[in-house]
Amino acid sequence: MDCHLCQKKISMPSLKPDKILESKADTEKKNKAVIALQHGALCKPHFLQYFEDKVFKTINKYQLIRRNDALCVAASGGKDSQTVLYLTKKYLENYKIPATLEVLAIDEGIADYREKTLVDLKQFCEKLKVPLTIVSFQEALGKTLDEAYPLINKDTKKKPCNICGVWRRYLLNKHAKQKGATKVITGHNLDDEAQATVMNIFKAHTALAGRLGPVSGTEELEAFAQRVKPLYFCPEKEVRLYALLKGFQIQFTECPYSREGFRHDIQEMLNTFEHKYPGTKQGIINSFLALMPLLKRKNSEGSSKEIKSCESCGEAANHNTCNACTMKEVLYAAQ
Amino acid sequence: MELQVRNERENSLKRILFTGTTVQELLRHIKVNPETVIVIRNKEVLTEDEKLNDKEQIELLSVISGG
Repeated sequence: MDCHLCQKKISMPSLKPDKILESKADTEKKNKAVIALQHGALCKPHFLQYFEDKVFKTINKYQLIRRNDALCVAASGGKDSQTVLYLTKKYLENYKIPATLEVLAIDEGIADYREKTLVDLKQFCEKLKVPLTIVSFQEALGKTLDEAYPLINKDTKKKPCNICGVWRRYLLNKHAKQKGATKVITGHNLDDEAQATVMNIFKAHTALAGRLGPVSGTEELEAFAQRVKPLYFCPEKEVRLYALLKGFQIQFTECPYSREGFRHDIQEMLNTFEHKYPGTKQGIINSFLALMPLLKRKNSEGSSKEIKSCESCGEAANHNTCNACTMKEVLYAAQ
Repeated sequence: MELQVRNERENSLKRILFTGTTVQELLRHIKVNPETVIVIRNKEVLTEDEKLNDKEQIELLSVISGG
């Protein structure tokens, strides 16, 4: 299959050397396609250009980055976080934006999994010359996820992804604020967001649905660092292809708990639908974006509950104790 | 046709015998959703219409993150 842009004789982009990765000029000149999109097939240079344009347009349209921002990329070392880190740095350089950039990673303590992606992340941050901080569950909460999960599960029946999600968000928010970050950049892609939207609909979590979108949280709330998602419109397959074609070092590792979650079933369902009915995931996102103002308005009207400070740690909480500390209490009681 | 298929997610290398000729037919034969993989031959990315040749080695990179 040939690239439809090459056939239209649209000039070949991205043949310059990569300044950030210090790689040589791309010598790919054939018009052979690397991906077939709904609007046509694209060769490597045209795909890379298309992908970067899409990410930069998302940043501009939703004002994800401002000149005086202190940016903190929440990274794991996988394809999404390496891609969003690389493109954030490229965006700052291309647009000559003086915002600061650093990386924060959470080590949950999952044997034979996280240590591998962190090796890739450390190397990538060194290559990009971006400072990296790693915060571990063990150090911050006293137990690894592997140790905490069976103890918390015994009393609460909570799945590992529930525990991990609460503690990860807690530590990311806490440490990003400590660093003075004005924005936390995450690598959430279109698949992640479509899955979250469907999960919220299936479980009638309309309040949670109102927190989705390219920007989560507000700049006004001091309790939370605002989270932004430059890959919001990028399907997971495109992110993997971009990372592959750019030569990012990504070894495939799978979280041993990932197949236990509700998300896994939704992911499989959406991939089956996408294959049979192309455009399904984008359709979910478009529908969500059309409804987002209503959901956000409903949330703000119903948010008469003021955000409290957790009596235990001082972080933001809906109740007297935040979710992370509540889980810590369950953990200590179970030991 | 006979192919060697390396699957990144399964960490496996299997010999596959099938009667088709394209990437699309191979994926259908081994029941892999094209949404979930990138198909590689000799470090080259293949689209679904690409013709395959007997005795080739094909690699399936996982699109889905393990997290």
